[in-house]
Amino acid sequence: MGDPLGMALTHAHASGMGGMRAAGDLVARVQMALGMRIQKAKQYVADRLRIAVSELADPVIMSEVREDLQIGAVTPLPGCAKGIEAKFRIAEVLGIDINCVQRFKDKIY
Amino acid sequence: MSESDLMADLEAGTADAAERGNIPALNNEELQYLLEIFKSPYTFVSVERGNEVILSYDAGTLKIRRVGVNVDRIQALQIYEKLFGADTMELCHVDYSFKPIKPIATMERPILEQALLSTHIPLFYGAMPNLGLYSQPDGPFPNPAELLPQGKIKEAQDSYEATVDAAVNDILYVSKGMHESGADGINLDTVGAAGDADFQASLTAAEKLRETYPDICIELGMAGEFILGMHSELEYDGVRLAGLYPHDQVKLAQKAGVTIFGPVVNTNTSESCPWNLSRAITFMKECSRVATIPIHVNMGMGVGSVTVTDHPPIDIVSRASKAMVEICRLDGL
Repeated sequence: MGDPLGMALTHAHASGMGGMRAAGDLVARVQMALGMRIQKAKQYVADRLRIAVSELADPVIMSEVREDLQIGAVTPLPGCAKGIEAKFRIAEVLGIDINCVQRFKDKIY
Repeated sequence: MSESDLMADLEAGTADAAERGNIPALNNEELQYLLEIFKSPYTFVSVERGNEVILSYDAGTLKIRRVGVNVDRIQALQIYEKLFGADTMELCHVDYSFKPIKPIATMERPILEQALLSTHIPLFYGAMPNLGLYSQPDGPFPNPAELLPQGKIKEAQDSYEATVDAAVNDILYVSKGMHESGADGINLDTVGAAGDADFQASLTAAEKLRETYPDICIELGMAGEFILGMHSELEYDGVRLAGLYPHDQVKLAQKAGVTIFGPVVNTNTSESCPWNLSRAITFMKECSRVATIPIHVNMGMGVGSVTVTDHPPIDIVSRASKAMVEICRLDGL
């Protein structure tokens, strides 16, 4: 069935990287785009963000990194990159293609 | 449960998996580690800092609707993204199979396109191959479940083979549309639910998708630990599918071009949580060891040693989560 508290939230706290509170979405994108296993994917993202691997799941550090790089924030401040805007930046920062970003570009250029 | 009973169940669980899968049992150090997790007095435990993994979801947006929270699917995606700490998410339809989605794909694609504009985390579009929908009375082909008891083995096998072709066509139609709409990945979920034909259809669809879109992300999540031989003679790349366990399933998934594999071990409701967790980890450890692609083990209700109840206790879910990730060196759940 999938009771969200018992499943999604419990796994998120027990084992998850924190999604966009930290760098979970970024490591996921590298797994998905480049097929890397977890340690390689974490190292790749850390190198691209110029932070330590140990900082990827830290929501305090990652909030600042995300704000600086304009790659999306849980609490978006006025004027910050949101949604597809942030994904344009994520593709650039990570050096990967993001399908919807590429299709957006194809429509406007 | 005494400590000796607990250890006895841990030993029996890993021995069962080792015998069935012809794989190594957990060693003493790993069993002691599990023992310590179960002895912990805390209601919630977690992985050590640095061992966090990626979470992907099946039937993603359905989970919000099932509990009666009346929000739109794009809002459900935003709830997971902003409130639940999800690393990825999946858009899906309540009729969660590729066959019924095919005629409404043109209605589903704009929702995905709108969701992609306003969200940040990677979005899968997911559904089940569900070959059961292709036999009568739900589909066009004779029902193997009726033919087999009549001894019509060849007719039943012919029917399964016909359903494979039809299912592959539907999976490709929907998946190509979703990819063309910008999906970050396609999730084939509950693969193998209808047996070896179901698995063959999914592998074939993955292979064809990979040929058409070399950069596509395909996640393939299983229905059970063991491929049921409903047809019994179907093969993929020269390997008979019936009877395969996760450590062999993943090798075929890799050959087919799957990006992320989601293996399953079913929970045995007649046994204890320690027995089930030890058994599940034994299978998953070997699967992760032989894999070259990321492994996201299924750990929802009734699989991965999670108890079979609509509201699984957080103490066992968190223990299973921690132990599975750390012993098996997983890439995700």
